[in-house]
Amino acid sequence: MRDIEITEPVEITLNGELVTAQNGELLIDACERNGSYIPRFCYHSRLTPVGMCRMCLVEVDTGRGPALQPSCMIPVSDGMGVDTESDGVAKAQDGVLEFLLANHPLDCPVCDKGGECPLQDQAYAYGPGESRFVEEKRHNEKPIPISELVLLDRERCILCDRCTRFADEVAGDPLIHFIHRGSHTEVNTFPGEPFASYFSGNTVQICPVGALTASPYRFKARPWDLEETESTCTRCSVGCRVVVESSRNKVLRLQGVDSDPVNWSWLCDKGRFGFQAGNSGNRLSRPLQRCESGELSEVGWNTALDSAASVISAAIAGRGPQSVAVLGGARLTNESAYSWAKLAKDVIGTDNVDCQLGDGLPAELVLGLPGASIDEVCEPGATVLYLGPDAKEELPILYLRLRHAADFDGVKIVEVGPTLTGLSPYAAESVTAVPGETPSVLAALLDGTSEHVEASALLRNASDLKVVIGRANLAEDEAITVQTADLIRESVPGATFLPALRRANVRGALEAGLAPGFLPGGATLAGTLPTGWQSMPAERGGGAAEILEDAANGRVDVLILLGSDPLRDFPDRSLARRALAGAKTVISIDPFVNASAEQADLVLAASMFSESAGTTTSLEGRVTALNQLVTPPGTARDDWMIAVDLADRLGADLGVETSADDLAEEMAGFSDAHVVLGDGAPVGDGVMLDISGRDLLTSAEVEVPPANAYSLRLVLNRTMYDKGTLLEESESSAGLAGESVVKLSAADAAPLGVDGSTQVKVTSEHGSVTVAATIDSRVPKGVAVMHHALGDVDAGTLLVHGDPVCDVRVEVS
Amino acid sequence: MARLTPDNLLLARKIIARFPEPRSATIMLCHLAQEQDGYLSPEAMEQVAELIGATSAEVLGTASFYEMFKMHPVGKYCVNVCTNISCQLLGGEELLEHAEEVMGIRSGSTTADGMFTLEDVECVAACTEAPAVQVNYRYFNRVSPDDFDELLEDLRSGELSRTIPSHGTLGNVRQDLHGDRVANITSPSQQVEPAWFPNGDSDEGPAK
Amino acid sequence: MSDTAVDTQESTQEVPKVVSSRFDVDDGHTLHGYTQSGSFEGYAALRRALTMTPGAVSELVKDATLLGRGGAGFPAGVKWGFCAPDVWPRYVVANGDESEPGTYKDRLLMERDPHQLIEGSLIAAYAIGAAQVFLYVRGEMPHAQERIAAALNEAYEANFIGKNILGTDFSVDIVLTFGAGAYIVGEETALIESLEGNRGMPRLKPPFFPAAKGLYMMPTIVNNIETLSNLPWLLSHGVREYRSIGTEASPGTRLIALSGDVERPGVYEVPQGTTTFRELFESERYGGGIRGGRELKMFIPGGASAPWFFPEQVDLPLEGRVVGAEGSMLGSGAVVVMDDTTDAVRACWRLVRFFARESCGKCTPCREGTVWEERILRRILDGQGRPSDLDLLLDVADNISPGPYPLAAHPEAGLEAVPFPPRQTTICPLGPSSVAPITSAISRFRHEFEGKINRKDSIPVTSAGVTSV
Ligand SMILES: Cc1cc2nc3c(=O)[nH]c(=O)nc-3n(C[C@H](O)[C@H](O)[C@H](O)COP(=O)(O)O)c2cc1C
Ligand code: SF4
Ligand code: FES
Repeated sequence: MRDIEITEPVEITLNGELVTAQNGELLIDACERNGSYIPRFCYHSRLTPVGMCRMCLVEVDTGRGPALQPSCMIPVSDGMGVDTESDGVAKAQDGVLEFLLANHPLDCPVCDKGGECPLQDQAYAYGPGESRFVEEKRHNEKPIPISELVLLDRERCILCDRCTRFADEVAGDPLIHFIHRGSHTEVNTFPGEPFASYFSGNTVQICPVGALTASPYRFKARPWDLEETESTCTRCSVGCRVVVESSRNKVLRLQGVDSDPVNWSWLCDKGRFGFQAGNSGNRLSRPLQRCESGELSEVGWNTALDSAASVISAAIAGRGPQSVAVLGGARLTNESAYSWAKLAKDVIGTDNVDCQLGDGLPAELVLGLPGASIDEVCEPGATVLYLGPDAKEELPILYLRLRHAADFDGVKIVEVGPTLTGLSPYAAESVTAVPGETPSVLAALLDGTSEHVEASALLRNASDLKVVIGRANLAEDEAITVQTADLIRESVPGATFLPALRRANVRGALEAGLAPGFLPGGATLAGTLPTGWQSMPAERGGGAAEILEDAANGRVDVLILLGSDPLRDFPDRSLARRALAGAKTVISIDPFVNASAEQADLVLAASMFSESAGTTTSLEGRVTALNQLVTPPGTARDDWMIAVDLADRLGADLGVETSADDLAEEMAGFSDAHVVLGDGAPVGDGVMLDISGRDLLTSAEVEVPPANAYSLRLVLNRTMYDKGTLLEESESSAGLAGESVVKLSAADAAPLGVDGSTQVKVTSEHGSVTVAATIDSRVPKGVAVMHHALGDVDAGTLLVHGDPVCDVRVEVS
Repeated sequence: MARLTPDNLLLARKIIARFPEPRSATIMLCHLAQEQDGYLSPEAMEQVAELIGATSAEVLGTASFYEMFKMHPVGKYCVNVCTNISCQLLGGEELLEHAEEVMGIRSGSTTADGMFTLEDVECVAACTEAPAVQVNYRYFNRVSPDDFDELLEDLRSGELSRTIPSHGTLGNVRQDLHGDRVANITSPSQQVEPAWFPNGDSDEGPAK
Repeated sequence: MSDTAVDTQESTQEVPKVVSSRFDVDDGHTLHGYTQSGSFEGYAALRRALTMTPGAVSELVKDATLLGRGGAGFPAGVKWGFCAPDVWPRYVVANGDESEPGTYKDRLLMERDPHQLIEGSLIAAYAIGAAQVFLYVRGEMPHAQERIAAALNEAYEANFIGKNILGTDFSVDIVLTFGAGAYIVGEETALIESLEGNRGMPRLKPPFFPAAKGLYMMPTIVNNIETLSNLPWLLSHGVREYRSIGTEASPGTRLIALSGDVERPGVYEVPQGTTTFRELFESERYGGGIRGGRELKMFIPGGASAPWFFPEQVDLPLEGRVVGAEGSMLGSGAVVVMDDTTDAVRACWRLVRFFARESCGKCTPCREGTVWEERILRRILDGQGRPSDLDLLLDVADNISPGPYPLAAHPEAGLEAVPFPPRQTTICPLGPSSVAPITSAISRFRHEFEGKINRKDSIPVTSAGVTSV
C-alpha cells in the first residue's frame, strides 16, 4: 500500500475502534493502514477503482444503518462506521470467493502464480473447504499468446479488469479488452492485432491470478525458491525501482516497486525482461587478449591487468597522460564511475574522458541547469515544455508519468520537436520544428510572435515552467540544444529543467567526473583538488567526438572503452570506425564482446546488473541502491575493482579498504552534491543529489545552413527495441527490433512516388544508404526520419559529427 | 465488401457528427456496417475503430457485448422466437420446437440455403401479443404453428420482401440533421451554460 | 397472426387518457396528427413551458409528483433537482430500451406517439438546461426507430427542435440512437456507458449517479419513455388536473401491459392506486378473466424482476408504494398472469435463465451466481436434482442478495411480507432480480421442486431450454 501523508484527518470507527484516516481516501486503504487488511482482487491503487470483483465488501454505516459496500469505491468521511469482520461481511466475502472459484481451475501446482496468488491464499484463509459447484467448469483453449511476451489463460482469469484497465488508462494501448458478455466474458485481443505494448509485462505483474504469464518466467521457478533484493533498473536513466528475484544464482524475474516519486510500480518491457542479457551464454567470463594469430583469447586477470597497465604506463611515459582516453562509464555504478574518474584524472592524469557518446547533452547543461524532478514536472496543473526525444521510445516510464499527468492531473504539455511522438496524443499542443529550427520556433513561441497561438499562450502564461530537455535528433548538433536552453533561461528566468538523458547512469557518471573539464561533484578543473586525490589533469581534454577524432588521427595511444560501444552507439559511424582503427591500443571493459570490443586488443570481463552492489543516479539526480543478488560468471568482476587493480599496478591507491562504499564515502567527503551518500547506501526511494548553486552554464550560437539541394532534413532517433548488445542478448527482446526504414510525410512522399514501402536511396553529402521508405503521419513536411541502430542499414554513415544538421536527398532506387 | 461504401462512409461521418464525442457513434456505426454486409466483419470493426479513434479491440469489446451484432454471416432472415415468460405461458417454447422441426435446424443455426437463422430470444416487448416472433426485428404477433409455416412460406416466396429487408437493416427512415437547424453539438468541454437558463442554478434554476 | 399490436380501452370521461390518447389514431404519429388529435394539443405544452422559467417547470413537475415509470418510481421533478449545480453541459437521455420481460408500453409510445415523447423530452431539457437529448431506442425495434426518426425530422423542420426553438433562446438538439441487444442497457448507468460507445456495464452508484456524473461525467437525467411522455399532458392540463387522477401519493395513470393467462391481454392505461389487480384481471374492460376460466396460481406485478404475488394479493391496488410494502414492485407496469396449469419450477427457471443470459458480467456475484442458479434449476428440471439443491440454490441466491428477500405475505403459512427493495452484493439490481423467482417459487411451491427432485420426473426440456446460457 502506498504511504500517504495525512493532511486532512478524520475519525472513523473501524470494527468498534476510533481510528484516523485521511479525508476522502478510499476506505480499503484507510482500513489497511489501520491494521485491517481487506481482501481484494480488482482494486489496485494505481488504477481507477471499479468495484467489480466485490471481494472487498464491508459494512459501512454513514448514519443510515450498516450496508454492504465495496470498500475500494468508498471515500472515507468523518464519523463513518465500518465493520470488516461482521458475519454479514464474512458471508459476503466467502460467497464472492466461492463464485470466483466456481469456474477457476484448480491447477495451482502447475500455475506460475501458485504460492503467490491472492486467490489461492484467500481460498485457504476464508473459503469453504469443499466446492458446492458440481457443474462443469468453463473451458477455454489453454494459454494463448497475446503478445510476444505474454500468454493468457482465460480459464484462470477472474475478470478483474486490471490488465485491461492498465492497458487503457496507464499504457494508453487498449489492445486487450473484455469481449462478449456475462459468463462468456473474456479478455482478449482483436484477432490478428496482438497486445504490442512496450508495457505489456506490467499486466503479468498486476494479474492477481495466474491468467497472464510472461514467457521469460513461465515454469522457471516457484516463489518459495526465489531469493530477492530491491534494486534499480539500469536500462534507461529514469531509474525505476525494482525487485530482482533469482534462483540458483540466476536472475529470473524483475518486478516493479511502487515507488511514489518514480515508477509507481510500472516497468517497461525492455527493463522488465532485460535481465535476460545477464544470463546470456555470450557473457564474457574471463579477460581476453588479442594473441599473435590476431584472435581474442582468454587470459588470466594478472596477465590482462599487467598488459593494460603497461600500455597505459608506456603511453604516459611516451606522449603524456592525454594520450590515454576513456570513453564510456554511463553503465557503471556511481562508485565505479568515481573510481574510473579518479583513475583517469588523478592516477593517469588525462582529461580525455567522456561518459557520453556524442548523443547526450553537454555536461555543463546536465550539471548546471536548475533541476526539476519527475514529480515536479508532473505536478498537477503544471505546464511542461517538452523538448526531448520520444519519451515512449527512450524513457518509457517518464512517458507513463507524463501521460498520467496530462490525462488525470491537468498537466499541459507543449511539445516542440522535429516529429510528433508517442507523447503527442496527450500533449496539449505539439509544434513541429524542422531540425535546426527549434531555437527560432521556440523564440517565437516565447515572445508571442508564433502562429501557434495556443501553444504560445500556454508557455507564456505558465507561472512555473518545467522543461524536459534532451536530444530529439542525433543528426542535429548538440550545440543547438545548448542554444535552446540559453533561450529558455533568458526568456523564462524561473524555468527548471529535467534532462532527458538516455543511458542509465549518465547523470551519476557526470556527477562522478567522467566528463572533460570536470571533477566529481560538478567541480571544474579550475577548482580545488578533491580530498584523497594527488593531482588533477593539467589541461582540459576533449569529449567523445574529439577523442574519436584524435584516435582516428593516431593521437590516442590507449583508448579505454568503459562499457561503451562506439561502433554501435556513436551517431557518426564513419568516425567511430576510423577511431577504432586509429587508436594504438583499445581496451574494452564490458560484459560482452560487443562490436567495438571485437576490435579491441584487450577485453576485461565486467560484471553487470544485479551482480554488483552500489548506487546509481537517475536523470532527475536521484541516487538509489543497486544491490547484488547473484555472482558474475567466471572471473568477471566489478568495474571499480578493475580500476583499483589497474591503479595499483600504476603505483597508486584508490583508497578502497573494504568495498565500493568506501568510494561513495570518499566522494561524499568533498562533493557537496554527494554529501547525501555519506550515511551509507540509500534505501527505498533513495536520496536526491544536492545540485543547488552551480554556475556552469555556457552558451552557444549555431549557424544553421539554409536547405540546399538535399531537400530533406534528417532526424535520427531511437526506438525502444534496437540492435544494441544488451537487447540482442536478452532472449525475449532479441528480434523485436524493427527493420530500418526512412519515414516521410505524405506531402514529401507523393512527389517522390513513394507509396507504401518503396525502396529508396537516401543520400547526404557524406554517404548514402538504401532502405524502404514509408509514409508516417507523425513526420512533418521537410523531414526524413531514420532510426539509430536498427538492422544493417547504417543511417549513421550519412552524418558527420559537428555539422549543425544533416540534409539528405531521397530518390526511388 | 467489408469496408463501408463511399455513401455509407459519408453517412458514417454524419452520424459521428451527431454525438458530442465520436465514440458515442460506435453502436450506430456497427449497425450501419451490419446493414451493408448483413453481419459485422473484422474489417468493418477496424474501420469503425479508425473512424471513431479507438482500437479495433475496443470496438470488438463493445460490439460483442450486444447480441444483435453477428460476427459471422447469418441467414437473410433472422427468425427470432420469444420464449420468455409471457410467451412461454402461451406456447412460445412449443412454437420454437415447431420452428426447429419445420426448419430442420437447431435454434442458433442457419439453414443450409442461407435463408434463415433461427434464434430463441428473450422478451421482445410484445408480451400481450404472445407468442411473438420477430423476423429481422419486424413483429409477428400471436403466432400459431400454422401461422409460422405460412410466414416461412411468405418469406421464401418473397411475398414479404418489401416489408422485411434483409438482415441488418433497421429503420427505413433515418434521422436527418440539417446543419443550419442544429443548435450546438460539440464536445462536452466546448459546451457552456445555456443562454436560456437564467442565472445558473444558484438563483432561478431547478430547486434542489 | 394479426398485425395489430394491442387492444386499447375505449376513451371514457372519468379516466382521461394521459399518454395513450393517440394510440388508435391513424396518423397520431405524424406532426399533423399530433397537433390535431388526442387529449391535448400537440406542442402547446412546449409553448406553455417556454413562457415559464426552467425552474418553474421543474417545480411544476415536482408538485405533480410525476413518478418515474421505468421501474424505480422515483419522482421525476426531484430527480431533475439533483443535477450537480452549475455544471455544464447537461444531458437528457430518454430510456427507450424496454426489455424487462412482460413490459410492453414504451414501444407503443414510441411507435404511436413519437411527438408526445419529443415534446416531453424538450420540456425536460428546458427545465434542466440540457444541451442535448438522446433518444435511446432498443435495437430490436426498427419500427419505433423509424417513427421517431420521421417525427424528429418533422419537428426539426418545424423549429420545435434545434436552434432558437419557436423564436426563443431555448436551443437544444435531439439525437436518435439505438441499442443493439442487451437488457442491462436499460439500467441507466449502463445505458450511459452504451451511449459513450462502451460495453453496457453499469457504473457503481454512488458515486456515479447520473444527475451528478452521467454521460461524459456530466449531469445527466435519464428518464423512461413513459415518464417523459406524461409531460405534455401535465403541462397542458396543469398540476391540479393531473393530481386528480390516481392517488395522493401516486397521481396519474400507468400503462400496464397485462399478459399471460388472461382472456384479454393488452396494454391498458390505468389510474394509479385506484384499480386493484382483481379488477385488472377480471373486469371486462381489462383482462376479462383468467384464460379459459381457470384459477389464478400466481402473478408478477411489475416485470420479471418483481417477486411474485399470489391469489392473496389480488385485492391490492396497482400502486407502487403499496406493492412495495407488500413485498414486490410495480416496476415497469408489466403484469404477467399465470394460471393453475403453470409449472412453477419451469417458470422460475425461465426467468432465472433470462437474468443469467443478460448479466453483463461485470461483477462476480451476478456473473457467476446467476449462471449457477440457472444450472441448478435446469438440473432439477432435467431430473438430475439432488435434495440438497434447494438449500444450495437459496444460499447461492443469498450470496447475491443477502438477508431476507422481498416476499409476499402468506398468511396460511404464517409468513409476513418482506418489503421491497432487496439488498445486494452486486453493482446493480440485475443479479438480485434473479433471486425474485427463486425465493417466490420456493417459498410457495417447494413441493413442486421436491417432487421433481424425488421422483426424478422430468418434463423434457425442449431445445429452447437446453440452449446454453
Ligand atoms: C436491470 C435493469 C434494467 C432496466 N431496464 C429499464 C428499461 O428497459 N427501461 C427503463 O426506462 N428503465 C429501466 N431501468 C430503470 C432505469 O435504471 C432508470 O431507473 C429509469 O430509466 C429511470 O427513469 P424514470 O425515473 O423515468 O423511471 C432498468 C433498471 C435495471 C436495474
Ligand atoms: S487476465 Fe488477470 S488481470 Fe486480466 S482481467 Fe483476468 S484476472 Fe484480471
Ligand atoms: S477490490 Fe473492491 S470490488 Fe474488487
